[in-house]
Amino acid sequence: MCLGVPGLVTDIDDLVAVVDFWGVKRRVRLDLVDEPVSVGDYVLNHVGFAIRRIPPEDLQTTLEMYEQLLHEANRSDLMSADVRGEIEAGSK
Amino acid sequence: MPAVAAEERVLLKHGAGGRAMRRLIEESFLRAFATDPERSPDVLGVSAMDDGGAVRIGNRWLVMTTDSHVIQPLFFPGGDIGRLAIAGTVNDLAMMGATEVLGLTCGVVLEDGFPRADLERILASMRQACREASAIVIAGDTKVMGKGEVDGLVVNTTGVALTSRLVRDAGLLPGDRIIVTGTIGDHGMAVMALRHGLDLEADLRSDVAPINGLIREALSAAPSAIGAMKDPTRGGVATAFHEMAAKSGVGILIDGAALPVRESVRGVSELVGIDPLLVANEGKALIGVRAAAAQQVLDALHRHPLGADAAVIAVCTEDHAGMVMLDTGFGCRLVAEPEGDLLPRIC
Amino acid sequence: MNVLEFRDRDRAAALGRALARATGQVGRAPVSVMHVCGSHEQAIAKFGLRASFPRDLNVIMGPGCPVCITDLPEIDEAVALALTGVRIATYGDMVRVPGTAGSLADAQAQGARIETVYSVAQAVDLARATTEEIVFFATGFETTAVATAAVILAGPPRNFSVLSAHKYIPPVMEIVAEMPDTRVEGFLAAGHAATITGCGIFEPFVARHGLPVVVAGFEPLDILAALVRLVELVRDRAPEVVNMFPRCVTREGNLNAQRQLWRVFRPIGGRWRGIAHVPNGNLRLRDEWAALDARRRFEIDTSALWHHAPSALVRQCICGNIMAGIASPADCRLFGAECVPDSPVGACMVSSEGTCRIWHQYGGIPRLDAGLTSRAPRAGGGVSCPL
Repeated sequence: MCLGVPGLVTDIDDLVAVVDFWGVKRRVRLDLVDEPVSVGDYVLNHVGFAIRRIPPEDLQTTLEMYEQLLHEANRSDLMSADVRGEIEAGSK
Repeated sequence: MPAVAAEERVLLKHGAGGRAMRRLIEESFLRAFATDPERSPDVLGVSAMDDGGAVRIGNRWLVMTTDSHVIQPLFFPGGDIGRLAIAGTVNDLAMMGATEVLGLTCGVVLEDGFPRADLERILASMRQACREASAIVIAGDTKVMGKGEVDGLVVNTTGVALTSRLVRDAGLLPGDRIIVTGTIGDHGMAVMALRHGLDLEADLRSDVAPINGLIREALSAAPSAIGAMKDPTRGGVATAFHEMAAKSGVGILIDGAALPVRESVRGVSELVGIDPLLVANEGKALIGVRAAAAQQVLDALHRHPLGADAAVIAVCTEDHAGMVMLDTGFGCRLVAEPEGDLLPRIC
Repeated sequence: MNVLEFRDRDRAAALGRALARATGQVGRAPVSVMHVCGSHEQAIAKFGLRASFPRDLNVIMGPGCPVCITDLPEIDEAVALALTGVRIATYGDMVRVPGTAGSLADAQAQGARIETVYSVAQAVDLARATTEEIVFFATGFETTAVATAAVILAGPPRNFSVLSAHKYIPPVMEIVAEMPDTRVEGFLAAGHAATITGCGIFEPFVARHGLPVVVAGFEPLDILAALVRLVELVRDRAPEVVNMFPRCVTREGNLNAQRQLWRVFRPIGGRWRGIAHVPNGNLRLRDEWAALDARRRFEIDTSALWHHAPSALVRQCICGNIMAGIASPADCRLFGAECVPDSPVGACMVSSEGTCRIWHQYGGIPRLDAGLTSRAPRAGGGVSCPL
């Protein structure tokens, strides 16, 4: 259902874009995207149709979100880490 | 568990190189032609299900192998059915350790109406492949069938060679390394893209080539350290590894990061959801070698033009015997045997 | 865009540790969550992520594989049509799924003409290149149905028609949530389907059932991070919809695609293989498109197929319960006997990631030792080989 693959738009002719996926190019239909697509944009492709234009800033947002998640998960462990640190210090 | 009865009809899946084909061979062909190794110690017969058969002559082995080729399309980027026919047989002999081909046969069944020009092209291709392999076709047969009775062209090639040391596909030991002689997935991906009209602009070409010269270098580098060899044709590296693991009684752990894959093949594999490990290669070999000699063999391969991308991709383990595993970098998973021809996926 | 950043191993390892901690903090074991997307299971399998899941976290594969849940009557329609000589184009996934008397691949072996395509657009091109009838056997969830809708709205040639077996995922989550024995405490929603529908559609579901839903992408980091978030929500008893795939999913989704989808298709109740009736789970062409509907263009008679095979077998299949996470293959009478990979009865044996297929191949859910890689000598790593 979901084999969606992101690719880089290198050429556009009306509703058909040429998209580059790791060096492999294929024509992709643009009938379904909900915002204008330009050369240089990234699109998510599913069965030969672009279903989403991926805003480059959103990539960074996602990665930051994962960092935040890790940070929060670690915070709850800081307390135990302190305790562990004390124990280790005490046993040296 | 009750035995599942043999199928009533032979189906397409039985020719695809996977489990179904193995069952057909075991149930029908082995029963017809099996030899008892105890009674005929000088014969390596069909029961071994190796890349070829062999008969001892004095202190050497005469190795024989046969292949029928029914590929569609007949012409593809990087080669054609003719090149495939020669390379396939030469490489099977090489996998048994027999790299000096004595002679090849070429049997052809043509469909009524087959273009003469295509035939000439295919024969020229075979001649070229023979030159590369230092082999010659010394006998042949030609038949023509009615329109629709055969699909274009079927080629059968048989090859004969001598070797003083027979290499099986069953001699792996725990700790052995397995080397692949170059990039994987090239042939299968190129043919599949063409066959299903994937309409891709990609540098996909078959790797079809005779590699007996390359294998000769590997064998010279460490003659007694190579325990098993197999060429990963239909069913890819995965199928070949399953056979090697089962026959040798070891587990095989693949290092995902070490797999040499061309960028275009990787790209297509992501796009259509087909793993390069499951896809046919026609110019590559898997070489199982004792750990201490792995570097020498690798160096020898790298010195040869066809071995530039050779890499150590797996290690044999004592645990999980018979299983093929892949270390993805995130964790280990089992590699399944492909069932039938691979098709592009949407899911 | 570097997809490899979402495959970064150090971050993945860190997320794996966070997942183990969060699971431990829930205070009961096991914690069961479900994903409803075949591609999530494919990604988990491909990257070997199950090795990073903590022992006490049960990540169940739900009814999210369109191959698996396409029911017999629909496959029979395609097979029957194919056997009358009509050319069928379809996605590769469906070609080997068995109907009552065989699959499309079996029909092909008997002379039927089946074309495997990567895109529905290719099927349309095929129709343009010939005067013969081309029927597109349309399978897949809403992510895929939108493409079918697009080609229909773009005006395909006269000789093109669609046999729709498309499905709609949200209704089946309701069914699973309402199953009496279900232990599922949270759902991972399919990221690409949500790209179309938006994550807002899960809000009523969450309100009704009090179960958190996290929308996840398909790279290793996406899946691990989403699971961490989901387990945290379970731990905190916080039934919310959380979008962990913001680069592709918004609350409203892709309105353009939705418009096209619902202009062409209407949802009807139908059987999902092994799950019985799913209200609004099947997509059919609206009357406006009757001319393009293969069911109305052709008289498809599947009765001939029923004589060939024992349909009793199918009645004993418990794939539905397995997919819903309340039974295991060992509970099925057919498993390993009449139902094996070479002759699968149910969907779970058909799909390469189906639970039964995996069980059959590996004698259970394979648990490879976490220590396997550290014990075995490293195989490769560049040119030189460690001795």
